[in-house]
Amino acid sequence: MKVRLRNPDREVELHGGRPIREVLAELDVDPDTVLVIRGGELVTRHENVGQDDELEIRPVISGGTV
Amino acid sequence: MKCKRCQGSAVIEVRRHNAAFCKACFPHVFTEQVRTAIRRFDMFEPTDSILVAVSGGKDSLALWDVLLGLGYEATGLYLGLGIGGYSDRSHDASAAFARSRGAELRVVDLADEYGYDIPTAGRKGSRSTCAVCGLSKRYAFNRAAADGGFDVIATGHNLDDEAATLLGNTLRWNTDYIARQSPALPARDGMVKKVKPLHRLSELETAAYAFLRGIDYVVEECPLVAGNTQLRYKNAMNTIEATSPGTKAQFLFGYLDRGMPLFAGHDDVALAPCGSCGQHTTGRYCAFCRARAQILGERLGAADRAGTDDREVARWLSDEVLPAEIYGRAEV
Repeated sequence: MKVRLRNPDREVELHGGRPIREVLAELDVDPDTVLVIRGGELVTRHENVGQDDELEIRPVISGGTV
Repeated sequence: MKCKRCQGSAVIEVRRHNAAFCKACFPHVFTEQVRTAIRRFDMFEPTDSILVAVSGGKDSLALWDVLLGLGYEATGLYLGLGIGGYSDRSHDASAAFARSRGAELRVVDLADEYGYDIPTAGRKGSRSTCAVCGLSKRYAFNRAAADGGFDVIATGHNLDDEAATLLGNTLRWNTDYIARQSPALPARDGMVKKVKPLHRLSELETAAYAFLRGIDYVVEECPLVAGNTQLRYKNAMNTIEATSPGTKAQFLFGYLDRGMPLFAGHDDVALAPCGSCGQHTTGRYCAFCRARAQILGERLGAADRAGTDDREVARWLSDEVLPAEIYGRAEV
């Protein structure tokens, strides 16, 4: 399964066939700090991903000043 | 997971509400939260003209989208910060959104209007890059809103931004800053009213809204943000939130409901016009003019000083240029 990470942009190959929360845990990513996008659609951490899926994990935290 | 409203397939989980929503219902829920914020803090009326500070990021474009959708007269203002390709892409995203919605986008370039860009300010000034950027934005947005005759400035500050700022101010007991941390600051002494209609919504929610609405926002982070203090506070709050969902909201909303009255009056200071630009401030010159003069290597009020002795000029300058120790050096 291909996983695209952002900031900086990079791609990693991980095992599918499990819930997204397990993928995020492997990457040490807090589910509340990212959008997970599969096939152009948002998915929750409870969805299962297949071995042939492609995911984008997009961070939502911005650090600009006020 | 099922959508709380329609029982359809959920695409976004909001853990602090122990709820999830589908792609059709979530934009509705999001918009209702914005309407609640506008109503509770009396942010603006349907007839008010609103200047929306847009950066090309998820928060400001989501805010502009919601306000336009609710039928408000909302004009965007993009401030060019001169941060290379990042600023170019941010402007392009803002302009593309404006075209797609048939909305007006105004553009002010910091270098053209005020003589410096943010990378230069970070190198030459005594404030950190993020501090001088924030100062420049607040000043330029207010000036543009006042000159343009707008009733109110709306910014895309979200729940995470506001909770992190409150945490930082509380850790230092900056009671004057805490007193001013309201989602709606009334107009005062040449300062246009400022509102934060997204303060009830988390960064995850604003990002999900922007995505579901097809807004092509800039995902990349500002290249100058590394080491930003507010990011550290956000990370600290997210660590707590991971095991205690709702803590951030309780912290901010508890302050707004019960804490804010306790700090009323802590920001009461006498204001007078800045000797350089006329904007009201607590000192001889406002923080923006002091910072700008330092960046440009200029002396504030030099023309007023003809004929005065060197000791008097030195005293004035010590008021103008604050030492680096106070604000910290910029990361370069």
